[in-house]
This record gives sequence, structure tokens and C-alpha cells, in this order.
Amino acid sequence: MPTSQSERPESPESPESPESSEALGPVGRAGGEVYDLAVVGAGPAGLAAAVTAAELGLRCALVDAGPRPGGQYYRHPAPGLGAARPERLHHGWAAFARLSGRLKAHTGARRLDYLTDHHIWTMERGEIWQLHATLGSEWTGAAGRAVVRARSVLLATGAYERQLPFPGWTLPGVVTAGGAQAMLKSGLVLPGRRIVVAGSGPLLLAAASSLVSAGAEVPAVVEATDYLHYARSLATLAANPAKLVEGARHGVTLLRHGVRLRRGSAVVEAHGTDRVTAVTVARLDRDWRPVPGTARRIACDALAVGHGLVPQIELATELGARIRRTPDGTVALAVDDGLRTSLPGLWAAGETCGVGGADLAVAEGESAARVIAGRPVPAALRAFRQRRRAFAELMAAAHRPGPGWPQWLRADTEVCRCEEVPAARIREAVTELGAADARTVKLLTRAGMGWCQGRMCGPAVACLSGGGPARADSRPLARPVPLAQLADLEPS
Amino acid sequence: MLTRSPHDVVVVGAGVVGAACAYYATLAGLSAAVVDRGPVAGGTTGAGEGNLLVSDKEPGPELDLALLSTRLWRELAESGDGFGEAIEYEPKGGLVVASGQPGADALRAFAAAQRAAGVAAEEIAGDRLRELEPHLAPGLAGGFHYPQDAQVQPALAAARLLRAARLAGAEVRLGETVTAVRTGRDGSVLGLTTDRGRIDAPAVVNAAGTWGGALAELAGVALPVLPRRGFVLVTEPLPRIVRHKVYAADYVADVASGSAGLQTSAVVEGTPAGPVLIGASRERVGFDRTLSVEVLRRLAGQAAALFPVLAGVTVQRAYRGFRPYLPDHLPAIGADPRRPGLYHACGHEGAGIGLAPATGLLISRQLVGKQPELDLTPFRADRFAAAPDGGPGQGSGSGQGRGTASGPDSGSGRGPEAGSGVGQGERRD
Ligand SMILES: Cc1cc2nc3c(=O)[nH]c(=O)nc-3n(C[C@H](O)[C@H](O)[C@H](O)COP(=O)(O)OP(=O)(O)OC[C@H]3O[C@@H](n4cnc5c(N)ncnc54)[C@H](O)[C@@H]3O)c2cc1C
Ligand SMILES: Cc1cc2nc3c(=O)[nH]c(=O)nc-3n(C[C@H](O)[C@H](O)[C@H](O)COP(=O)(O)OP(=O)(O)OC[C@H]3O[C@@H](n4cnc5c(N)ncnc54)[C@H](O)[C@@H]3O)c2cc1C
Repeated sequence: MPTSQSERPESPESPESPESSEALGPVGRAGGEVYDLAVVGAGPAGLAAAVTAAELGLRCALVDAGPRPGGQYYRHPAPGLGAARPERLHHGWAAFARLSGRLKAHTGARRLDYLTDHHIWTMERGEIWQLHATLGSEWTGAAGRAVVRARSVLLATGAYERQLPFPGWTLPGVVTAGGAQAMLKSGLVLPGRRIVVAGSGPLLLAAASSLVSAGAEVPAVVEATDYLHYARSLATLAANPAKLVEGARHGVTLLRHGVRLRRGSAVVEAHGTDRVTAVTVARLDRDWRPVPGTARRIACDALAVGHGLVPQIELATELGARIRRTPDGTVALAVDDGLRTSLPGLWAAGETCGVGGADLAVAEGESAARVIAGRPVPAALRAFRQRRRAFAELMAAAHRPGPGWPQWLRADTEVCRCEEVPAARIREAVTELGAADARTVKLLTRAGMGWCQGRMCGPAVACLSGGGPARADSRPLARPVPLAQLADLEPS
Repeated sequence: MLTRSPHDVVVVGAGVVGAACAYYATLAGLSAAVVDRGPVAGGTTGAGEGNLLVSDKEPGPELDLALLSTRLWRELAESGDGFGEAIEYEPKGGLVVASGQPGADALRAFAAAQRAAGVAAEEIAGDRLRELEPHLAPGLAGGFHYPQDAQVQPALAAARLLRAARLAGAEVRLGETVTAVRTGRDGSVLGLTTDRGRIDAPAVVNAAGTWGGALAELAGVALPVLPRRGFVLVTEPLPRIVRHKVYAADYVADVASGSAGLQTSAVVEGTPAGPVLIGASRERVGFDRTLSVEVLRRLAGQAAALFPVLAGVTVQRAYRGFRPYLPDHLPAIGADPRRPGLYHACGHEGAGIGLAPATGLLISRQLVGKQPELDLTPFRADRFAAAPDGGPGQGSGSGQGRGTASGPDSGSGRGPEAGSGVGQGERRD
């Protein structure tokens, strides 16, 4: 069972520990009430939006699939682990503690209903929106599902990690960069003792610095881009000193631990039989093709690898919401200055509008709530948002995967892990069978049809199928739903 | 503009029907080209199921077509090179069940008529149904086993047929949109204009599926193809708990009783990869892609009623497609007397996968001037009075009523939209 008062770890440093926010719990108590606003996602964006909306007098439901607020960024040590000082792993913890303090106050005063463990699988639009939630398969019949009704909806469902496959990536000991962060923050466990961090994007530095701070040895941080892009946009950099400080802080941490940053390089293979024991790192040319003769082996017992994040927006795109293509080759929701999507009544904030980090997510959540409540957005907040967005776009452009990465695949490298589809089958679908996009490759090979619904292999498959500009993935069901719960829906 | 070497025939559409047309045309010795604005199977072929059914068709032209096609699919599957495995051909047979006695009686009468038309159907007493399907709900009145019913994976079937055509010399042009059908002074077809150039050919096959009406319009003739939406639910991978294609046929009783009420009936089938497919709904809502929660509710409820064990599984995904249908629920196949050189091969509604090989074969016969195996008169494109059902074209919503029904995909002969009873109800709206 999720959040209960008794499981709350006492934390002297943060008296308003998020653990104490009162959740309505997985009982679907949303009932028949029509909210002014339903916020989907209780990460930084959703949390900020919900508390702001409540403060501005809106009746608000905050709905999240997880048991605790905070999303991907603000993670909690699992209750019972007795972690006394989660803030050590989080420079944003104070901000989070403030947000969750407000959440607690509003839920306590019943100004805001916080629904945990509610996985929204579809939304029906209208004057009154209906959000359909499943509480998981442990719950049978009516107890396992809920419908949240609201006049407006804010989508703050965040993002998931982009994976690019390479030989050996399915070995035990290979984890995602964000996954390593998450393990550390919520479980306080390390994926190994000697951990290579690789891929591309700002998350690598954050992950590496957390890992070394927690006692791991990080023999190398392997970043595929060469950072030249950054240097070309000095104005945007200068306008975002906090971001530079953040980067510098990670840099200092890494330096202090003697961690080497290898730029313009990639892990092109992980070795091992039962578990990863070493990786091969090679230099990349500007298209991310491995340069012959540059391979070197690094011994390790874990590899944390990631290539940025992909906005999770299917709840909106299934309804036809307009999208935009981001500079790093993903698809995000198109929003206007007031964070309105193209669908009347639907707003978006945080990573759903394009990956930009936790502080931008908070700013967007707060702004959206103000717009929804019909209040002005302070000029400073607006300006902050614009600066951060510009910075995010710059980062995105710098970390866009180069077209040459598939060269490090071998014919038998599994691309879709759920359905065990190797690269050769995908190439055959393209060259022999007439597939030209990810959807057709999926139909012909099953790549992306498994449990994760292509969240893991989707970007790689899209690239291998040469399918032109990125498109929104089609996922009519945003989450799996127990069949009995579908059968149990209210007839319409 | 580029001019390319002339072909004997150019097929518009790389769905299963276009692929079959190209395949049989090449087999007949013709030089063929296939054009599609998307990839292979990018239209309805990649958005449906792969039931090859005779069980749901009442005696008549569609059943004749289905019987021919069933034979052709089997021949294709057994043609060597592992073609059958490559397209996941499974001659698994169908099982149609009735929950009560009136349904069972209607089924018996229906099967008797089908047998007279050449369908194999074996009656299964209620207490023996679970020998065929161990997980079937208890207490069903009875059913019929149809050994000719089979299944393929539609996208693979289309892709493999198209590949075979290509290897035999057909030119395949994907990602190219047809923008005009060119005609000569005498009105006969000269070829196509596309967004990339020109393709000359004295014969054009309209295998544009749900968009066949728009293609016909480019050729200056009316063909009222409209979209009919269907959703399919896909469960998590399961061990083989469903062996045949199984569906309930209680609506047979309703059709017999003349009721025009809306009927629904899920078709449940296992797949080689493990997931169970539950399909499919039928709604006329234009090209609206939004998920219908009500459809999910009905399909899930009906599937669990047939196989109670499914109540404990998780639905992993859902997808939807738009069947190409014509007002009388028969496809348009063959030469269009209004436009010399234009051939239609579209409008197969919920049976296009099943009927594709027969369609391709019959068209190839006409192309080389041979007598087709079947009389094509019932499938003539000019059989409709001027625009009876909201007009030709893309049917993007005009004049269409809303209605939800479901039935076995593979045909219209016996589904709720059959030529009597409920079918007329649908046409009235
Ligand atoms: C694995 C991972 C690790 C990360 N680690 C770091 C890090 O260490 N440092 C850093 O600076 N940034 C990190 N990030 C980036 C970070 O996610 C963002 O900067 C920030 O959290 C964005 O906030 P958000 O509110 O937009 O989304 P999120 O924080 O992602 O919150 C989204 C919330 O929506 C919920 N949700 C999603 N779909 C549904 C649904 N269908 N129904 C109900 N609820 C739903 C989720 O449960 C989640 O709580 C990480 C991202 C990921 C994916
Ligand atoms: C949910 C559902 C379940 C189904 N289940 C079954 C089943 O079990 N058994 C069965 O037999 N059938 C089933 N069907 C029906 C079957 O899928 C269709 O009848 C069949 O796919 C039609 O194939 P097609 O080749 O005619 O059309 P499509 O596959 O749609 O191909 C038409 C092609 O024409 C192309 N095109 C159109 N206009 C142009 C242009 N101007 N220029 C270039 N290209 C163009 C399109 O891009 C498209 O690729 C089902 C359908 C649905 C929706």
C-alpha cells in the first residue's frame, strides 16, 4: 500500500517531508465530483501546478501513477530504508520540501485531492473531461478503476529515457543513467562498484556525480557529443548561470574524484557472460560513427547508459493534440505562451512540452495553473521560463543522436528486448519487405509490440527504419489495463 | 516531369489487396508496378486482424469469393520457401458457439445452407465444445466447427506477396502519392500522375482500400467507399488458451427473427506470439481515430463471457482501423465499364485479408482477357445508383450515423451488417 502515515521516515532536516503529504490513496475516491482542474503527474510540473491552482481557489485533483509525489526528479528513499538525509542526493530537495509542504496543507484542508497509484490509460475530452484510471491488476472489479472528471486538464506526465542499443546492452549490470539515479535516490543502492557512465545528455554528469558521491568508482564518463554546440551559443549560456553552476558543480565533484570525461566517444559494446565485466569505448566521428582503431577496453562491473529523454505524451496525441519536433529528434506537445495545447481545455507543463529539467517544469506548472485560474503570469516567471526553454533547446540540439550510431550494432544485437527482435530482422523488414517507418517495422517484426509498448526500442527502431521526421507513437491505451476493469466500465 | 517505361498495369495501393493484384498479375506474365503513398501495409491492412473466414458468410457471391480465396491462401502457404510460416498461416479452424437453443437452431439452419454451397461445417454438441476449446465458458448450447477457417498475419502477408511480385519483376514504388489518373481522348486510361512523376500503363487497378472512392474520383467515376471503424484489443502474451477463432453467433437468431436491434459479438483468437486478439467493433464515425471507451467495455465483456479465464488477464494495447465498405457490403472487383482501363479491387470491408488472393487472381484473368473463375457481375463498380450513401469520396464524416456493432471480421455476410435485418438498420441511419 502506498503512503501511509506510519511509514513516514522522520527527517529532522526537512520537517515538511513529502512523506507526510496526505494522499487519498488508491481507493478511487474521486467519486462523482467534477473538478475545476485535473493534473496528471505529480512530478515537479504537476506538483507546482496543483498547489498553485489550489491556492488560487480551484478545486483540483492531482493524479499520479506512483505512490508518492515528486516524479522522476524528486525521488524518495523507499519508506523503511531509514534514509535520514535524502537532500544529500538532491540539491533541489528544499524546493521540493516546500512544494510538498503546500501539497500537504491543501490536501489536509481538502482543497486538493491527491490520488496516488492511479494510472491514467485514456482521457475522453468534452466540456467535462473524463480521465480513466486503473489502480493495477491487484484490484479486481470496481475497486480497481476510477474516473476523474474535470473541466480542464493539465498533462504533466514527464518523460522516459531514450535508449540506443549496442552489443551487450541486455547484460545484467547494464542500467539506464536515469535508472541508476533513481536506484540511488529511492533505494540508496548502487548498480555496481565500478560504474562506467555513458551515452549523451546532461543527465550523465548528474548521474556520475551522484554515483561517485555515494561511493562508487566511475572510471569514465563517456559522452557522445563534443560539446562544441554549447560554445557556439554563448548568449543562451550566459543567460542561464544557474544551469552553468549546476554543470560546474557536477564537474567539480567529478574532478575531485578523478573521473575522466571522454567526449565524442561511446560505449560500442558491453562484455561479459552472466554480467557486464568490461566495455569497449570508441571515438566517434561527427555523425557518431565509431572511428576505426580507437577502441579501448575499460573494466567495470556496471554500466549506466542513457541518451536523453522522450516526452510521454500519448494521452494527448491520441486525442489529436498538435505536436512539435524537438531539436534532439523527439516529439513534444506544442503549447502556446499560456501552455495551452491545441485541444480546448488541455494544458501541458514540464517535460511533456519538451525536456527541460526540474526547475523549468516547476515554472511551467505554476504558470499553467495561473493561466487556468485566469490570473496573470508574473513577468519574471515568464522571462525565467523563456530563458530556460532556450537553454533546453540548445542542450537538445547538442545531444541529438548522430545518424551513424547504428554502425555499432551487429546483426544479432537485440533491438527490441521485449520481443527479442535483432537488428538484422529490422533491416530485413526495411530492405526486403517494404517497411519505411517504425510502425511498419513493428507490424512486420513485432519490435515495439511488447510490454513497454516501444518506449525502450521506439527511437532506435524509428532511426533504423529511416522513417523521416519523428512522429508521435500511437498508443491508444497509455497503460495496460486489466480486462476485467474494462468490462466493468459504466455503459455509455 | 519524368517519364518512365510503360507497364502493362499499375496497381494503386500496397495493402494486401494491391499486393495480391501485383502478385497474380506478375504470375500471369504482365509487367506490373505498385504505387503507394506510404509503406507496405500502411493502410487498413496493418490495422486489422487476419481472419480468413468462410464461417461467417451466407451463401452468395461473397461466400463464393471466400471459398476460392481460402483455397488460394492454402496454396500460397504451401508453395514452398517457408511462405506459410513467413506469413504465420494457421489453418486453425473456426468455432461458432450459441449460448441458447434458439441461437443453436439458427446456427444449424445457417450451416445447412452453407454446406450446400460447399462449406465444411460440423455440429458440436454443447457438452463437447470444451473438447475443442477447454477454456470456453460452461453451459453453452452448442456450436459449429468450420475447419476451413484460417488465419494469417496481414502485414506480413501483404509484404511477402509484394516481395514475391517484386522478385518476379514487378516495380514497387513506396512513398509516392497518386495525384491524377490520366485518360485519353476516348476516355480510356493512359496511366497515373504522381507527386514524383508519371507512370504510363493502359490499365490501372484501384486497390486503394478505404480511399478507393477518392481514387475513383480521380478517374472521374463514382464509387461510394466509406470508412467503418474497428477496434481490436490485444492481451498480454498468454500460453495457448484459445485454439480456434471463436465467436458467438447469437445474432444469427436475431437476424432470423427480423430484429433490427444492434448486436455485438467479440471474436477471440490466439496468435503464435502469445497475445490473444479480441476484435472487432464496427462503427461509422468517419475517420475519427479517438479511442472509444464504450467499445472497449463491450469487447472486454463479451470476450470474458466466452472465455472466463480472460477476466484475469491484462489488455496490453489496442489499435484501430478503418474498413473500406460499400453500401451493399460487397467489394468492387473488376473492370469499370464507365472507364476503359480502370479496374477496381477495393471495398472489402472486414474481409479484405481473406478475399485478397481471389481478388488478385480474378483481376489478373480480366487483364489478360481470360474468363475469370467467378462471375464478377455482383461486384461491378457501377452497380450503385448515384451516390446512395452520402456520396463518394473519403467519407470524412458527412451523412454518417453513429452506431456500434461488432462481429467477426472477415465478412459481412452474417455479421450485424448482413444483407438483411440489422444490415438494413445500419443503412437507414
Ligand atoms: C529515469 C529518470 C531519471 C531522472 N533523473 C534526473 C536527475 O537525477 N536529475 C535531473 O536533473 N533530472 C532527472 N531527470 C529529469 C527529470 O525527469 C525532469 O527534469 C523533471 O522530473 C521533470 O518534471 P515533470 O514534472 O515534467 O515530469 P516527471 O518528474 O517525470 O513526473 C511525471 C509524473 O507523471 C506520472 N505519470 C506519467 N504517466 C502517467 C499516467 N499515464 N498516469 C498517471 N501518472 C502518470 C509519473 O508517475 C510521474 O510521477 C530524470 C528523468 C528520468 C526519466
Ligand atoms: C479492426 C479491423 C479488423 C479486421 N479484421 C479482418 C479480418 O480478420 N479478416 C479480414 O479478412 N479482414 C479484416 N479486416 C479488413 C481488412 O483489414 C481490409 O479489408 C483490408 O486490409 C483492405 O486491404 P486493402 O489492400 O484494400 O486496403 P489498404 O490496406 O488500406 O491499402 C490501401 C492502400 O492504398 C494507398 N493509397 C490510397 N490512396 C492512395 C493514393 N492516392 N496514392 C498512393 N497510394 C494510395 C494507401 O496508402 C494504402 O496503403 C479488418 C479491418 C479492421 C479495421
